[in-house]
Amino acid sequence: MLHQVPHHGGAPGNAHFAEAALSDDSPCIVVAKDHNALVVSALNDAAARLGLDVGTALATARAVCPDIAVFDADPAADAAALDAIADWCGRFTPLVALDPPHGLLLDISGCAHLFGGEASMLETICRALHRQGFVVGAGIAGTAVCARALTRGCPGRIVPEGGEAAAVAALPLFTLGADDDITRGLRRAGLKTIGDVAARGRHEIAARFGADFVALLAQALGQRDAPISPRRPPPDFMVEKRFADPVATDSVIAATLSRLAQTLIVVMTRHGKGARRLDAGFFRTDGAVRIITVETGLPVTRVEIVDRLFRERLDALADPLDPGFGFDLVRLAASRTDNVTEAQRDLDTHIRDSDEVSALIDRIAARIGGERIVVHLPQDTHIPERAVLALPAQHHLAAAATVAWPARAEGEPPLRPLRLFAPPEPVEVLADFPHGPPAAFRWRRGFHRIARVEGPERIAMEWWRPERPASPEPVDDEFVRAHPPQGEVTVERIDPAGLTRDYFRAEDSEGMRFWLYREGIHGREVATFRWFLHGVFA
Amino acid sequence: MERARISTLARLRKDIDRLEGGSFDGGAGAALHRVPLGHVEADAVLQGGLLRGAVHETFAQGPQAAAATGFVAALVGRLAPRRPVMWVRQDFSARENGGLSMSGWCEFGLDPRFVVGVRARDAEAALQATADALACDALGAVVMEIWGETRHVDLVASRKLTLAARGSGVTGLLLRIAAAPVPSSAETRWMVRAARSPPRPAWQARNAQVWDAQVWGAPVFDAQLVRNRHGRTGHWIMEWNCDECRFRDAASLGAPAHPQPVAAAPADRPHSARTVAPDVAPGAASWRRTG
Repeated sequence: MLHQVPHHGGAPGNAHFAEAALSDDSPCIVVAKDHNALVVSALNDAAARLGLDVGTALATARAVCPDIAVFDADPAADAAALDAIADWCGRFTPLVALDPPHGLLLDISGCAHLFGGEASMLETICRALHRQGFVVGAGIAGTAVCARALTRGCPGRIVPEGGEAAAVAALPLFTLGADDDITRGLRRAGLKTIGDVAARGRHEIAARFGADFVALLAQALGQRDAPISPRRPPPDFMVEKRFADPVATDSVIAATLSRLAQTLIVVMTRHGKGARRLDAGFFRTDGAVRIITVETGLPVTRVEIVDRLFRERLDALADPLDPGFGFDLVRLAASRTDNVTEAQRDLDTHIRDSDEVSALIDRIAARIGGERIVVHLPQDTHIPERAVLALPAQHHLAAAATVAWPARAEGEPPLRPLRLFAPPEPVEVLADFPHGPPAAFRWRRGFHRIARVEGPERIAMEWWRPERPASPEPVDDEFVRAHPPQGEVTVERIDPAGLTRDYFRAEDSEGMRFWLYREGIHGREVATFRWFLHGVFA
Repeated sequence: MERARISTLARLRKDIDRLEGGSFDGGAGAALHRVPLGHVEADAVLQGGLLRGAVHETFAQGPQAAAATGFVAALVGRLAPRRPVMWVRQDFSARENGGLSMSGWCEFGLDPRFVVGVRARDAEAALQATADALACDALGAVVMEIWGETRHVDLVASRKLTLAARGSGVTGLLLRIAAAPVPSSAETRWMVRAARSPPRPAWQARNAQVWDAQVWGAPVFDAQLVRNRHGRTGHWIMEWNCDECRFRDAASLGAPAHPQPVAAAPADRPHSARTVAPDVAPGAASWRRTG
């Protein structure tokens, strides 16, 4: 387990600070608001030499050094920078976890020998990060908490298996990374180092500071271990190619991907697997990492398909792959795999057809995005806008091909329109009397006189479901306020989304056919109706 | 090796096609690639029906989008029953005209299980997806729905689509809403409006709260064939029968005369439908239009 801190005072994302801190010997600090006071949250060596520390008030810092350079903290940029560093660390191990606010945990079990052993790996990482402009402290230990304590207390150490307790005994308590309250409480009790706390009885500590802290302590001492939670699940299969001389041309990159795909597929075939999702990672020499993903509906077992999908995807990228000074590592990982079942497909055109459609869907999805190519599943509801669910075709093609749709009534004209507006469009309707069918209406500045009408078909909202379809627009009660309902009609205000709808199928004098609805029941739910056009028939 | 066998099979199929005279420009075998619409006069003018493996355009004005959608859906139902269909549409078209509803598709007499919807961001993406889909011979038909004028769909693009369709045998249907026709290599071009549906007596209606004696019936289209590469043009009122999944002549049902005027056959090119029975070999028609 390796832990590293990219910057001893934090704020790796603040570019101005980083520049100033490295280039200049003048003191500079980063301030953040803490309990309505501006306090120092990070500082450089020159500022530390003046006697400042994290937590010092800005006013004090200004008093100590009037011309000190002050920068505002930017936690979002810090987090983004930490994410970028974590991406970069992906070249050493697939298991990288964030340890906020400015630490990273790398699980290097079984990886160290690839980089010449633990010591050499630690040096490689530190040197490379330093070259990128970060100040790094790092350590290697058997457990994550122990490595974190080492990084904060005495960076650069490698603790052998079983030596954790001895290594952390002399370290101050804050290195554990427990809550401030706990650290302060222990210090007040006279316990200054981890060794002091470890010497006390566990039950005493647990009684005062809780079982969580005891677990943390046990992990620091190497008595117990907990796995880290990596940012991405480790891929099932992974191959990579390193370049001594960075590559930048498209043709070399494509050829590399193709060769990697070949290797990957040979390995996966041996296990009887095919790839459903492939991630290609491009690691630039300057530390930037770009990961490009393609998904497929059926497990892929052929190199040409992988090549073609990546070609489509790379061509369609909104911001193209920028090699900068070149990529020194290209990685291809199968992050989702499926078992491959071999089907005999010589004369059975049906199987061949569905495979080809699936491949076509993959190609289009690689270019325009998987959520933009859909199949449809019927839903058990009468509410028109919810009756059909559109789902990504890559994942639901087989389900959609076998689902049973409600049969249409023989001899009837279509009861549902071919085109549905989402949301329904408000229209002005003239009706002969309030409960009556519409006689004419105005929609999009066109006036339609209705020649034939059929209805109403009443569709009530589903009161037994908590979530309701969104109301087309907020109810405008101006008219109701101006013209209060006459007589004994009293109306309770109810949720507009729960109003009953009365649908009418109407044909105008030119032959256009509309699906209109009246919202609410007159006198019971609403005082005045609103009308909507929900769809248009062919 | 498996791949090699599939391609052998495809080659043998093509050979059989060729021996049976499956060249696309007329000939006795052309009837194999033509799908009758069910409307007697239209089929006669189209020399047996709509050509498979070609591109057909349908234009409509903005408010008539639903009628044009219905017409194209009906063509899909005729051309590719029980075959996968890809419906490519531009995002803006769905916002402007409403999205294609699969409940409505079902009510129209078609099977939603075979429909794959592609939601392209713009006309260019739609065109690219359509070109890809037309090259895939596992599909039955590909529909491209585009709203408004666009410079991407020009003669070159249309030629590409036509070649892709001819190579794979998949039919391409272009649905252009609120656009004016531009030169293209399409096989046929239709202008579609909604027409008044045949009346039904009110007692047939299910949930009638009806005061006059008529409710409306099956979808009816006022379809104008304005361009036909291999025959004459025409103008018909066509009724779509959702149960049988075919067109029929609205006038033959004993419906009253339609308010829209129906164009008369031009004098210099006499009406063949009256003289040539639809089941006579369609290659017999000797005139031809190009351009």
